[in-house]
Amino acid sequence: MKTALNILEAIGSSLILLFQALGQIFSLPRQLGRTIDYCFHIGYLTFPIVAILSFFLGAVLALQTGYSLEFAGGQELIGRIVGLAMARELAPLITAFLLAGRVGSAITAEIASMTVYQEVDAMRTMQTPPERVLVMPRLVAIFIMMPSLAMVAIIIGWFGGAVVAQHVEFIGLDPTSYWSNLKSVVQFKDVLNGLLKAQIFGMVIVLVACNQGLITRGGPREIGFSVTKSVVSSMFMVLLLDYCLTRILM
Amino acid sequence: MMAEEHSTQPVAVEVKALTKQFGDQVVVNQASFEVRPGEIFVIMGPSGAGKSVLLRHLINLEKADSGQVLIDGLDAADASTHRKIRTALVFQAGALFNSMNVFDNLAYYPREHRLYGRKILREKVERMLAIMNIENAAKKLPSELSGGMRKRVAIARALIIEPQLLLYDEPTSELDPVTAANISEIIGTLKEEFAVTSVVVSHDRDLALGVADRVAIMIGGRLLTVATPEELKQSKDPEIADFLNPKIDVHDPRFRRLG
Repeated sequence: MKTALNILEAIGSSLILLFQALGQIFSLPRQLGRTIDYCFHIGYLTFPIVAILSFFLGAVLALQTGYSLEFAGGQELIGRIVGLAMARELAPLITAFLLAGRVGSAITAEIASMTVYQEVDAMRTMQTPPERVLVMPRLVAIFIMMPSLAMVAIIIGWFGGAVVAQHVEFIGLDPTSYWSNLKSVVQFKDVLNGLLKAQIFGMVIVLVACNQGLITRGGPREIGFSVTKSVVSSMFMVLLLDYCLTRILM
Repeated sequence: MMAEEHSTQPVAVEVKALTKQFGDQVVVNQASFEVRPGEIFVIMGPSGAGKSVLLRHLINLEKADSGQVLIDGLDAADASTHRKIRTALVFQAGALFNSMNVFDNLAYYPREHRLYGRKILREKVERMLAIMNIENAAKKLPSELSGGMRKRVAIARALIIEPQLLLYDEPTSELDPVTAANISEIIGTLKEEFAVTSVVVSHDRDLALGVADRVAIMIGGRLLTVATPEELKQSKDPEIADFLNPKIDVHDPRFRRLG
């Protein structure tokens, strides 16, 4: 019962924070410098690791599919399977998980530390609410960067699959068949679904991370707990939303 | 870019029957007092008396359970009051932005509110650093500063707001006697340079009796008296006299009497 109440409370306070941050959107021009800075840290610096991870994810997916289909034949279906799985599901999900671990944890640690050491109170006394300075620019940054991150993940994942399909002996699929098979089934709608999912996941991760940071009380130990809680909560929320969105977008 | 027009007149503060409770514990109990414009008003009391909580109500960091705080006749619990009247708080631990250097800490408020152009901002910050005698610390991070310097940076950051009401939370705590006296002198002489009403929360007797125009004594959440330093020195009230001149008696220690 208590856990359920805590979850509802966290969802409620995150939603309130979202509305408060959206209420500060008029001050975006003044926060442009910060927003660009967050775009760089949240987005640009995450590209390499997203690329590496999605390449291997696409590669492993092709490998497993190729292995499974080896006896039954129909290895030309690899392109289709990797194409759809990466676009609709795996790319947004892996990008979101990576973001929760790399960016969400950093956001919570920074804001929690600022809260504990009264820097957030100081901001409030200087008429610069944290929703304006710390939350809104990050939400805008993730809104801008997340589609690009997810798109990179999708394309690199496809390439990972193509490399494995061509070079692993027991698959030996030529790139032309792989890509034509992929193109025959993957539609623009599938990619769009993936990008939409990624967009929502990104916003949720940043929101949960900021909210967890702002409600932290105590000292260094509690900052650590908050970071863990932020990552676990946002991953849980991503999985929950993933199911709901997949069901809706089918 | 020109500075925004704002009043630089010091303001009056009126606290009316303020009560704040955390759980079952009443931290501030029906506190009422007035602070005159331009006055240095010190709220003294032992640790845990509710002074800092009371102070946080003045700058809208706490919401009262009952009662009201008026700043120049406007409700302090209303966020718009603090946009109309410039208020600032010097936090006990400084609350400096740890990832910014001293210069950027001081420039934070004017930059965020687009008050001055780059040149004027630099001049203002440099002037403030000079007033506080911390010019050499401009490029340092807060973690590289001593306790006394950190307090001076915190005061400078509050002063650059050009506040009409300046609040200090334990400005001399955790400082050696000479540095504490230095900070007390800064607080005492600021009104020569800045037209500001100062409310200081402290348990530092030397600060209170040395620089205050009036002093309020707060014990156990209750405001016992408001008096001038001279009146307080002559007070016959045993609670006040004991607080101002505690006698150390190792043969009959307080903690055993209280236990």
